[in-house]
Amino acid sequence: MDGGFRFFPEQASTTAASIDDIVFYLFAVTTVMTGLVFFLVLVFCAKYRRRPGRETGVQVKPNPWLEATWIGVPIVLVLIMFFWGASAYFPIYRAPSNSLDVYVVARQWMWKLQHAEGAPEINELHVPLGRPIRLTMTSQDVIHSFYVPAFRVKQDVLPGRYTTIWFEPKKLGEFHLFCAEYCGSKHSGMVGKIVVLPPAEYERWLSGGISQGSLASGGHRLFLSLGCANCHTEAADARCPNLVRLYGSAVRLQGGGEVTADESYIRESILDPTAKVVSGYQPIMPSFRGRVSEEELIQLVAYVKSLGPTRETGRDK
Amino acid sequence: MTALTADRVPENYINADYRFRSWLFSTDHKRIAILYLISLTFYFFVGGFFALLMRLELVTPQGDLVQPETYNKLFTMHGIMMLFFFLVPSIPAVFGNFLLPLMLGAKDVAFPKLNLASWYIFNLGGLLTLVSIVLGGVDTGWTFYPPYSSLSSTSYVLLAAGGIFVMGFSSILTGLNFIVTTHKLRAPGLTWRRLPLFVWSLYATSIIQVLATPAVTIGLGLIGIERIWKVGFFNPAMGGDPILFQHLFWFYSHPAVYVMILPGMGVESELLTTHARRRPYGYAFIAGSSLAIAVLGFLVWGHHMFVSGQSVYASMVFSFLSFFVAIPSGVKVFSWLGTLYKGAIAFTTPMLYGLGFIGLFTIGGLTGLFLATLAVDVHVHDTYFVVAHFHYIMVGGMVMAYLGAMHHWWPKMTGRLYPEGWGRLSALIVFVGFNLTFFPQYVMGYLGMTRRYHAYAPEFQVYHVLSSAGASILGVGYLLPLFYLIWSLKYGPKAGGDPWGGTTLEWKTPSPPPTHNFEEPPVVTEDPYSFPSLEEGR
Repeated sequence: MDGGFRFFPEQASTTAASIDDIVFYLFAVTTVMTGLVFFLVLVFCAKYRRRPGRETGVQVKPNPWLEATWIGVPIVLVLIMFFWGASAYFPIYRAPSNSLDVYVVARQWMWKLQHAEGAPEINELHVPLGRPIRLTMTSQDVIHSFYVPAFRVKQDVLPGRYTTIWFEPKKLGEFHLFCAEYCGSKHSGMVGKIVVLPPAEYERWLSGGISQGSLASGGHRLFLSLGCANCHTEAADARCPNLVRLYGSAVRLQGGGEVTADESYIRESILDPTAKVVSGYQPIMPSFRGRVSEEELIQLVAYVKSLGPTRETGRDK
Repeated sequence: MTALTADRVPENYINADYRFRSWLFSTDHKRIAILYLISLTFYFFVGGFFALLMRLELVTPQGDLVQPETYNKLFTMHGIMMLFFFLVPSIPAVFGNFLLPLMLGAKDVAFPKLNLASWYIFNLGGLLTLVSIVLGGVDTGWTFYPPYSSLSSTSYVLLAAGGIFVMGFSSILTGLNFIVTTHKLRAPGLTWRRLPLFVWSLYATSIIQVLATPAVTIGLGLIGIERIWKVGFFNPAMGGDPILFQHLFWFYSHPAVYVMILPGMGVESELLTTHARRRPYGYAFIAGSSLAIAVLGFLVWGHHMFVSGQSVYASMVFSFLSFFVAIPSGVKVFSWLGTLYKGAIAFTTPMLYGLGFIGLFTIGGLTGLFLATLAVDVHVHDTYFVVAHFHYIMVGGMVMAYLGAMHHWWPKMTGRLYPEGWGRLSALIVFVGFNLTFFPQYVMGYLGMTRRYHAYAPEFQVYHVLSSAGASILGVGYLLPLFYLIWSLKYGPKAGGDPWGGTTLEWKTPSPPPTHNFEEPPVVTEDPYSFPSLEEGR
């Protein structure tokens, strides 16, 4: 965000360089091919221009070997692009297991971002250098898109479901955060910044924030006030499934099938409890759709996660 | 080839009847082509005017010329006008209508009344969209993504989407008409292997129009139902899925970009062969690659959705298939180069547009590879890189081809030659202005400049200023032909039947052609590009 004139964007995340390497390959292929085409056009135009004694062309027969070459060589070039591009794409959606969790709620026209342990922020996110950050994102209204050019990450943020992405900053400083999916009047005002701090300074920033407690403790308060704790107990004969050590485990469903208890499953079970009923339980839970906001949902999800077996956040998709 | 006598003009489709209604109710494909030409020119300059205002706004980063809501309406209406009311019909509706029966040696298209009805349906759609603009415009982007379009936007979404809905029928009917015409009305001896390459590209285009257009029509219809009756197709709060619309939309709109570019490729093949007096290098490969692009075009829509939240495995398959569109596109470019090889290249105005097309289409096509590459697309998706890419194909490719076609067949359509010097000058201005406008957009897109931004971070300003400067040059390049072509209608020298030494059937009838196209129904005995050959070694 230094505002200087440049041709290439900063490489401020651990994956940026590997993506730029592919871009350089693409750039080289593009330049050589374009150069070849322009060169041949100019040479032919000079050599074969119409002039007295050259009123018509030589009707050359096509050469099958030449045609095979200009089909075969491009196939090899694009297959390299495909495999290289795909091999760098999957890691973007697979966060390392030691990631810090950050929850993002987008709305017209602002970003609300919060660490599991930290204060809520608007259009600004403070992160420590050298730690992978995993974002779990949803929207309160229309589709938005979380885009940090310096990190080479972008993911649409959808209403009604969670999408995730991760990055690991490797440069200190401030970096643009843009909304990349058109979302209405002040779309171009839906911008913010990612502030990358040295780990020690980040700890100071965390403790200096407005003390609202962690997301999970907020979720615990909601869990009690909404009456969830009445049924979801640890007792052996409880009417509802025990939530302790639930997160990340495999859940057997009524009528067969299995699902991994990730953020999306927990969210769905709060809003639409009868969609995937746990085997051995009755579908008696009421829906909380309309009774809890997206932010409260995130607190509840964070609370259930805090009961989970480990702080494992590596699983996804 | 008929030599025209100086004083008496023989009867042709223009002077057959001068009454106004004889044009508005004509079922003559040539007159309908002229009607389309007038409509499209109007829509093109309306869309261009919106682009001009956008480029003016973007000269400064602050967003100080128009309100953000106005800016959002400008890019939406620029997109709708240019894509649905100029690019999709463009070459097929104007030059396809005029030339297809002539190139086939037919008297008219298969369903002349349906052809006229298509023009009325098209303009009814255009009228609805224009009314939505006059009332206050629409601000959803030409992509109409819900839930913004179905819930959030307070602009005239229904009217604008209704206009496109109606226009879609005209597109389907024109496609149907062309397919039947090509199958049924070929002159004796005109076998499939003797069809001009332009006819092959029109045929491929028509197949896409008939098969893909219904998907976008349904998608827009569902948006209308969700807006009016609150049925939750796309709104997740009502159990819908916003990604579903994106699938419907791109299932049409990706093939639709081939509807836009394939006819341009067909024109390109005609321009190069005629003005280089060379048989096309690899006729079967060029014709076959049009069909290959039409088929592959149906299988790659998901590459618009790599960061949308669709399954990563779906993205992988779409990426893989997208790369294979590059192969027939490459075949085209190399075959055109082969067509120039040992030709007799004349630097006429149509040829200058044709040569410009090769260069710009190559750049536009190759930068498409960046977008098909999964990890790279994550970064450049929804940035100006994408804007630059599709403008290189759509404007650098398609509009160049459209203008090339205009200058190539103008003498055939009007019987008049335009001033060649002005023509060459305008081709040069368009080429320079175009590159200055859109090349900087690649750079700023890669730097992270997002699309559809009314105000932007100051470090991008230098690129926006270059782009706006280019746009003003491009505007001059587009206005010039409007003047000298109209001037030529009255003052241009008479063209004669075949001013370029072309070999396809349309050059074997007088200019302008008589109402029934040919005095004698032609019989075809040789391939369409039987130019005499120069001795080898010259």
